[in-house]
Amino acid sequence: MSDAIDLLLNTSLWASVLRIATPLIFGVLGALLCERSGVLNLGIEGIMTMGAMSGWLVVYMGAPLLAGLIFAAFCGAVMGLLHAMLTVPLGLSQHVSGLGITLFASALAYYLYRLLVEVGDLPPTIETFKPLDFPVLSDIPVLGTILFNQALPTYLALTAVAVMAYVLARTPLGLAIRMTGENPHAVEAQGLNPIRIRIGAVVVGSALMAVGGAFLTTTAFNSFFPGMVQGRGWICIALVVFAGWRPGKALIGAMLFAFFDAYQLRLQTTVEGVPYQLFLMAPYVLSIVALVLVARRAEVPAALMAPYRRGER
Amino acid sequence: MMRLERRSHVPLHLAIIAPLAAIFAALLLAAGLIAAADVNPLTAYGEMVNGTFGSRLSIAEMLTRATPLIFTGLAAAVAFRARLWNIGGEGQFFVGALITAWIGHSLGVPGWIGIPILMLAGMAAGAALLAGPAFLRLRFGVDEVVTTLLLNFIVILFVGLMIEGPLRDPLAFGWPSSVPVNGDYRLPDLIPRTRLHIGLLVAIAAASAVWLILARTVFGTETRAAGLNASAAAFAGIALPQTIMGVALLSGALAGLAGSVEVMGVTAGVTTTMSPGFGYAGIVVAMLAALHPAGVVAAAVFVATVFVGADAMSRATGVPSFIADVIVALCLLTMIVALLFTTYRVRR
Repeated sequence: MSDAIDLLLNTSLWASVLRIATPLIFGVLGALLCERSGVLNLGIEGIMTMGAMSGWLVVYMGAPLLAGLIFAAFCGAVMGLLHAMLTVPLGLSQHVSGLGITLFASALAYYLYRLLVEVGDLPPTIETFKPLDFPVLSDIPVLGTILFNQALPTYLALTAVAVMAYVLARTPLGLAIRMTGENPHAVEAQGLNPIRIRIGAVVVGSALMAVGGAFLTTTAFNSFFPGMVQGRGWICIALVVFAGWRPGKALIGAMLFAFFDAYQLRLQTTVEGVPYQLFLMAPYVLSIVALVLVARRAEVPAALMAPYRRGER
Repeated sequence: MMRLERRSHVPLHLAIIAPLAAIFAALLLAAGLIAAADVNPLTAYGEMVNGTFGSRLSIAEMLTRATPLIFTGLAAAVAFRARLWNIGGEGQFFVGALITAWIGHSLGVPGWIGIPILMLAGMAAGAALLAGPAFLRLRFGVDEVVTTLLLNFIVILFVGLMIEGPLRDPLAFGWPSSVPVNGDYRLPDLIPRTRLHIGLLVAIAAASAVWLILARTVFGTETRAAGLNASAAAFAGIALPQTIMGVALLSGALAGLAGSVEVMGVTAGVTTTMSPGFGYAGIVVAMLAALHPAGVVAAAVFVATVFVGADAMSRATGVPSFIADVIVALCLLTMIVALLFTTYRVRR
């Protein structure tokens, strides 16, 4: 038992929290943006898989790491556009379309990976993003290791939280997006086009999700393999609800979640006699518990999942 | 200005053309990906048809693959009709399989009574697994999509735990497997010297039963009403919570039965790799069938053809067999577009 408490005092545990949270932060921000405009995007799991594969692939073919992230974002945006076209102008079921996107994007990612990459006994690897070294800051004991020794995408994720929070809360664009999720008819009455706003939000949101996926292959691991997203997308969908559709709370939710994930990973090796699967279940159980806790007082965007048709009430 | 207007009923010819058009469009789109592998798509599709229908053995293999898909397709169709988004077919499949292997290993009754008991056990396990998310939705308003999806991951880990621990088969080599069901509870072969078992007949019987329930019972009508317009249904005096819970139990039971039958008919023991995504493919099957039980059987045969045929095609041409998953996923997307044209008409 004292071992389990010792773990909590370990700096490397706290340093890994931000690292584990990074893909979730991107994913949850992407899902949040889509939902704030009124579109549920269950394509997230597949879009993250596509991002993981495409980002890795271009780096493997010789492009710089940053280009990997950009290309992943582009591929995610294309998948998002597909989801947006099916659900916004055509008004098809967001549930079914999203699942279709997940199945399609993951299958396509696996297919293209097999087609384009020669896989031997071990999957081929790339050189990944390395932890940055800030002068002075990184040398602060404990805090320096936890906050100022992360890889570039982690800082991009934190920046994205700030940008998203600012844009949604403080800009006319953010107001238009939020209004589209609450009452698209009112947006139309303002002379704006809710269809375009929703398509835009889904495309940008999906790009963010894909960057989250690309973090897995360009920073956390150095190769791509089927099933590597492991439900992180679904966890992000749960985190959006947990965060009450607010970017700041989404960051806290992702960090909290990452903390438990980091802790269970370390407990696995210190606690004897408990099957490791029980620890691995913890994140998924935790997500369900979190959903139940907040569901009653969740302030769901009023027009979430309601297709908008002009002139129809 | 163009408008969409809901049709009062779907003409039969459109109901049949829609899935065929969707499949054609999906194959056309996938042809581009096959061409990218430097293989003539027509050659590839020819190999797929040949790989599935070329021999008695391969047809039997395809039908063996279609059997669990009929069950999971029915599970998704029943749930989706009532707008209960059960995406947990994969998890329900595995709990059905696990309980069947567990009880079936030590049960001491003759086969003719043991097999139905094991099927009921699998159904109960699947139903119980979906009852949880249905309860959370009805009681706390928790979206069942996320809970059923997350449960899939929890169940797979639980299966891993059980087959590496209490249910481990000491005689299994290599990958861990659960103890096998007693030989008395293996389902008899439908075609001798193939893997095809009488589970296919059970699946077809289940499809007929579901059809009867949906078309001829009050519960079936309430299900449809709940799916079409929940508030109107409630206003008409339908007890929505009871209906939704009933749908959940039926849907979960069907997916659990898929796992139970797969264990007794094919694998005998449970492994974490025994399902190539039967639960998820069931969703595609249900959509291709436009949520109709008879259509589910046809759609399951189609999806099984793609999977079995793609393996053969992959061996013959070198096109990665993941193309099967691409085709199936594309079918889902093209089908929902096709369904738009069957349920709505365009008016100027």
